[in-house]
Amino acid sequence: MIARNRLTEIGVTRLIQLAGFSSIIFMGMILYFLLTEGVPALGEVSLRELFSSRWYPIEGFYGILPLITGSLMVTIGAMLIAVPFGLCAAVYISEVAPPRLAAVLKPLVEILAGLPSVVLGFLGIVILSPFLRRFLDLPTGLTAFTGSLLLGGIAIPTVISISEDALNNVPRSYREAARALGATGWQTIWGVTVPAARSGILTAVMLGVGRAMGETMAVMMVTGNAPVLPSSLGALFEPARTMTATIASEMGEVATGSEHYHVLFFIGIVLFLFSLVVNLIASRLVFRSKGRAERVLS
Amino acid sequence: MSRYRFILIILLAGLLLTGCRGNPGGENDAPASANTINNKGSDTLVNLGLAWAEQYQALYPEARISVTGGGTGVGIQSLLNGTVQLASASRQITERELQTARAGGIEPVEFVVAQDAIAVIVHPDNPVEQLSLQQISDIYSGKINNWSEVGGEDRPIVRLSRESNSGTHVYFLEAVLRMGREDDRTLFAPQTLLLPSSEGIIAEVSDNPNAIGYDGLGYVTPNVKVLAVSADEDGPYVLPSEETVNNGTYPIARDLYMYTAGEPQGMLLDYLNWILSPDAQQIVSALGFVPVPVES
Repeated sequence: MIARNRLTEIGVTRLIQLAGFSSIIFMGMILYFLLTEGVPALGEVSLRELFSSRWYPIEGFYGILPLITGSLMVTIGAMLIAVPFGLCAAVYISEVAPPRLAAVLKPLVEILAGLPSVVLGFLGIVILSPFLRRFLDLPTGLTAFTGSLLLGGIAIPTVISISEDALNNVPRSYREAARALGATGWQTIWGVTVPAARSGILTAVMLGVGRAMGETMAVMMVTGNAPVLPSSLGALFEPARTMTATIASEMGEVATGSEHYHVLFFIGIVLFLFSLVVNLIASRLVFRSKGRAERVLS
Repeated sequence: MSRYRFILIILLAGLLLTGCRGNPGGENDAPASANTINNKGSDTLVNLGLAWAEQYQALYPEARISVTGGGTGVGIQSLLNGTVQLASASRQITERELQTARAGGIEPVEFVVAQDAIAVIVHPDNPVEQLSLQQISDIYSGKINNWSEVGGEDRPIVRLSRESNSGTHVYFLEAVLRMGREDDRTLFAPQTLLLPSSEGIIAEVSDNPNAIGYDGLGYVTPNVKVLAVSADEDGPYVLPSEETVNNGTYPIARDLYMYTAGEPQGMLLDYLNWILSPDAQQIVSALGFVPVPVES
């Protein structure tokens, strides 16, 4: 009986180990594939050409700079919308709303998170973009800003859902202690609950950034896909082309092994590096905030 | 979509059945059945190809025709490596593709099956009625940026184009932006919006009075305005229609092709003959393309 228990124990341990390692293995395989397909681009196209400002692959112009700035513009714009809105909504659901209302809001937000982005893209092209063109008097409604709004909308449910979980996990005693010290409701939220849930909220923001940067379909439908290098802040209200949209729309037709093919994979590497940097920054921040929280609480 | 799927299912079923008979000769490259035609290629021709296939299969129930898109290059590639018997193309086969074909012992045979005119479209409220090729080229290359420069209102011009992987995009670049000059290196202005679908272009043009777009005549809907185009400055300005494409006066028109590997035989030959018949060419006009003159 004991031997059998031990066998089960070992079996289960190995199974879990395998599951744990599999994510590393998959990551490694993806990285290997990206590198073998993308690095040859550096040999075929000079770095100077690669970081020039003209993207027109069918004539041999492989400047990915406008694609990088396009992605950055749309993603940063989306986060400027999603983080404040998402965080406020999470605080409302977790701290302010009466329990009965919160019980309705939370599942609704989760349904929203599961909405296919192509549906939002369709709404964007039919409703949002014509509205923005008239309302802001723009030459066209297909702009980086339209993409940011849509992506913000796509990222908000993720941000709400995860930061709400983090807020919920803050022990009740923290809030009670703050109220006992005479803090108002607002002071408790801003001074105690939110800082205590900081690492969870940062995770939420990070996942939101990931969702926004990796989103393809909705962005392709509403940003106009013009690879223009932005010259001022006004470029936010002009068409832009993101890295993901470029890969999605061009990969299907490109000849395997051609220059263009390798450059598209190189864009994949750049995207990968971006998400790596976002992750590194976030984990650095989470680590630091823990140190401070521990100091305060001990 | 469901039509496409239906044809695919039929094709798969056909493949399964032929599989049952076994293949004693061991020739894996041979077509699955003498009654099966795989047609692949230009996205411009997909809808037309599907309509033809459907009609033909209604006339000859034993025929199995599958139609898929993917682009002209993909279609010709598939023809050369033997996966399809019929490639549809929105351009002529290139010298390089011809060399690859001959190296593989294949002599592609060309059929002009329909004609396509590219319409230049604007918002119905735009007062501009006509443009010369040079003006359209200047607009798309970024030299003209305001509608007032071509006789319209004082509005910025928003240029719309298909994605650079579309055959229509390449044709427009060569025939309009570069006006057919081989050594011309004019490019689309970077500000040109590249939209992933014909529908996207129609939607934006019908909504935005600043926009100019182009699309196959077959895709143009009544909620946009088609411009008259002239080959040179002093006219004549011609609206695209069946008549003006056939008599060659509309300047942005092209032939659409089907290619077979070697002289077609059996059902393939019959299918191509039928495509060039008045009945099949009627479908061409129904879908907004321009029929080829039928030889009697």
